[in-house]
Amino acid sequence: MEILLILGIPLLGGLLLALFGCRKWAPELNAAMSFGTFLASLWLTARIIAHGPITAYQEQFFIDPFNVFLVTITAFVALTTALFSSPYMHNEAAHGKLSPNRLRLYHSMYQMFTFTMLLALTTNNMGILWVAMEAATLTTVLLVSLYRTPASLEAAWKYFILCGVGIAQALFGTILLYFAAEKVLGAGGNALLWTHLDAVKTQLEPTVLSLAFVFLLVGYGTKTGLAPLHNWLPDAHAEGPTPISAVLSGLLLNVALYAVVRSKVLVDGALGTHFAGNLMMGFGLLSLVVAAFSLSRQKDIKRLFAYSSIEHMGIITFAFGMGGSVATFAALLHMTMHSLTKSAIFFAVGHAAQKSGTQMMESIRGLIKTNPTIGWGLALGTLAILGMPPFGVFASEFMIITTAMHEHAWATPFILIALGVAFAAIFSKVQTMVFGETELPRLPHPPALVPVFAHLALVLLLGLYIPPYLANWYRQAAALIG
Amino acid sequence: MSYSGLLLQLFQDALVVLIAPLLLGWVNQCRAWLQNRSGAGVLQPYRNLVKLFHKDAVLANNASPLFRFTPYILFSGMWLAAALVPVIATDLPLSPAVDVIALVGIFALARVFISLAAMDIGTAFGTLGARREMLVGFLAEPALLMVFFTASAISQSTSLVTIVETLAHRQFVLYPSLAFAAVAFVMVMLAENARIPVDNPATHLELTMIHEAMILEYSARHLALVEWASAIKLLAYITIGIALFAPWGIAEASNLEALPLALAALFLKLAVAGASLALLETLSAKLRIFRVPEYLGTAFLLAVLAMLVHFLLGA
Amino acid sequence: MAFSQQLINLFAALLLLIAFAMLSQRRILSLINLFAMQGLMLTTSTAIVAWSSHQHHLYYSAALTLIIKVIALPWLLHRLIRKLNVKWDVEPMINIPSTMLIGLALVVFSFNLALPISQLAGTITRSTLGIAMASVLLSFMMMITRRKAVPQVIGFLAMENGLFFAATSSTYGMPMVVELGIALDVLVGSFIFGIFFFQIRETFDSLDTRHMEKLKED
Repeated sequence: MEILLILGIPLLGGLLLALFGCRKWAPELNAAMSFGTFLASLWLTARIIAHGPITAYQEQFFIDPFNVFLVTITAFVALTTALFSSPYMHNEAAHGKLSPNRLRLYHSMYQMFTFTMLLALTTNNMGILWVAMEAATLTTVLLVSLYRTPASLEAAWKYFILCGVGIAQALFGTILLYFAAEKVLGAGGNALLWTHLDAVKTQLEPTVLSLAFVFLLVGYGTKTGLAPLHNWLPDAHAEGPTPISAVLSGLLLNVALYAVVRSKVLVDGALGTHFAGNLMMGFGLLSLVVAAFSLSRQKDIKRLFAYSSIEHMGIITFAFGMGGSVATFAALLHMTMHSLTKSAIFFAVGHAAQKSGTQMMESIRGLIKTNPTIGWGLALGTLAILGMPPFGVFASEFMIITTAMHEHAWATPFILIALGVAFAAIFSKVQTMVFGETELPRLPHPPALVPVFAHLALVLLLGLYIPPYLANWYRQAAALIG
Repeated sequence: MSYSGLLLQLFQDALVVLIAPLLLGWVNQCRAWLQNRSGAGVLQPYRNLVKLFHKDAVLANNASPLFRFTPYILFSGMWLAAALVPVIATDLPLSPAVDVIALVGIFALARVFISLAAMDIGTAFGTLGARREMLVGFLAEPALLMVFFTASAISQSTSLVTIVETLAHRQFVLYPSLAFAAVAFVMVMLAENARIPVDNPATHLELTMIHEAMILEYSARHLALVEWASAIKLLAYITIGIALFAPWGIAEASNLEALPLALAALFLKLAVAGASLALLETLSAKLRIFRVPEYLGTAFLLAVLAMLVHFLLGA
Repeated sequence: MAFSQQLINLFAALLLLIAFAMLSQRRILSLINLFAMQGLMLTTSTAIVAWSSHQHHLYYSAALTLIIKVIALPWLLHRLIRKLNVKWDVEPMINIPSTMLIGLALVVFSFNLALPISQLAGTITRSTLGIAMASVLLSFMMMITRRKAVPQVIGFLAMENGLFFAATSSTYGMPMVVELGIALDVLVGSFIFGIFFFQIRETFDSLDTRHMEKLKED
């Protein structure tokens, strides 16, 4: 029932907004739909915490602590982004940057995007997971080119082609997975159900599964923004509308990583070695280093934070790759922190860029004077994402680094250097933007930045104190992943 | 070595030499029909040869002995090649020598000599033709070898006789690899025998000719031998093609009773092959010389694919 | 070897041949026709697999392939290039003989990769997995080496064909739900491609993706 609501509300929203998306009240309807989804996800979470993992509708859906936690984050960030998006989009429309038709497309696709991500998270079928991931690309690709500028078209094309190629590799991996599963489970739809696969994972053919995992990792890794195939990510983030950058960075990357982790559980079971983990650690570390060293060359503020997303995805992938309860716990925590913080940053950046009319960092100066709320939001968000205590990112990064020191000492210098480089690059750039000299007058009306501060407050809270039931919930999820 | 085997070998040797001009005449006649001309008749190549043999040979002043010997080398080389290919029977005295790689070697030898002879006089056309011939040969040879290797991989032997015996005895099986190899072989055959689309045997247009450019300086009996040798070469290629891809009906182990049937089958297959060749030539246009590498590259690709497909599909 | 398996092998080989032909093709129109032909091969081989293995759901996949990949998409692409007045020739970034050689290396690579898996497969079509993988990689290469938007898209769709062939050849096709989902994605994807063609042309006055190189790292 809850699952039906969780999936039904955004789907309905997508259809409704396809009809009425050009009306004046469309942004509010969008927010209301997201609110409904969020309520449904809370309901589901409550049930999972009370009753443990469930399957539903002939086992087509499967909810355990791991994915319910992602469902909650997804619904929550989708809600706050919708709240942020409504004044933002009103503003864009008022500036004449978007026609009513494009607004309709935007709102409808926003809901459909939420739907595909929730479908990817809740489905028990690895095939449907692939379909939903591909659909998530398809729904966002037109949003990236929403402004129809040459740069945005280029970004969208790149996004489409690269993710298309990547996701095709993932399909091949899925086919190989089915190929292995069919031997044990017999042909038919059940052979791709994750719960069934999980039950027989030790009997799956190891060679096939290791090959399948390589393809799955490359495929879903492309969508996660892992290193050699990360090129689409900065472009898509920089050229799309800011709310889309926020959900891409805060949610889509998580969901893609979720797919990788689900596959890893199966492969680990079949192989009994650390093969999948090693691969993930390698890719994660590579992404971390590549992204950290690209940061200092960025001129566009959204690109800067897009690279920061790659960097954090690298850390999380590395942590999942290490495995073990502590590292996985830290990875889950970091996923949460990154989603919340990064979307908050994008909200602040969106306002800053809207106010100064440019995304070039050299033209954005002295935010603290012209607009203290945005200035503080950006400054605090940056501090949080850079892992300064007492924000939550510090806690998760600290756990990851100490585990790495303990178990994979060789990797520690890479992580520390990369984090240091990233810190220097981002901090120096943001510092001049926030505190630099400016002649511009102070803006009369401070924008409403409730979502930004709500997110940051949560991150701060979780950095200081993780409530026991939440910790317990993470621990359950970590135990499932192993 | 049996007596009948020796007889059969001699019969085949005579046969290939004698019917080679007939095959050429047949191809030309088919072409004429396809182009709505009445044609000169299938015996025209014989008349040409007779006419050339009755003329006095003219040699350039600076021609070396190599230039004079080359027609004989060409003729005997091609004759040897055509005699080696099992066309009507498999068990012949020369059979142990029939290795596909040796065949490729004989063709290469002939090519080297004709190119040297073409350059011997020192005219511009001869050198130009020799250069182009070497280009074509250089590209066609690997493709030809790959085709042979595919057939050898199927029958586990590079001996043409064993290949023919294996392929003639199998049940009807679809070999995708052989189909690819056959297409590659036809492409190589067209290139090696100076046919359209690589060269045009009917023209002396200096910009495009390859084979004709090399033999411009020859006359009388030398020219006759060169022409005859190229007719035998065409026959040799077609019989190799038949042996590899359509060996049914061949007489085995010098079985004299099966001989008439084998002979009839051979003539039928040659007639069909000649007509198809004429059709193919009529339908296609000559390629620019710069596109020839691409054409032969495709042939090579097909041959390699045939090989790979054989290893993967086991067929 | 059963006759149906020989037929499937033959179609697999032809599929590979078409993948190479696409790689060497210079004209967009022939490229589209080749794509349609590839779809036809796929339909036929799927139908043969369905017939010989009595997997009835494969008939539906075959029909789906026929409708989407042989009829709808080529028709759509033909219409698009007529409407957009696209220049006919495709400019590859690497010359064609070298492309072919790289392609051959890819085929060898994927055959090697597929060999251990093929030996495990119990289906009658097991040996074709390597060919499927090879055609995926070849289409992938076609996408990389072409500059124009339309050939890139055809490469993408051809890659989907290869994947589909992999699914039928190694496992008798994915479960029906998944297959329908994939078909839907392909269809929606193609529509979005179509929209993109118009947007790109409107903005750049050409479908050459070389114009889209502004977003490079500084």
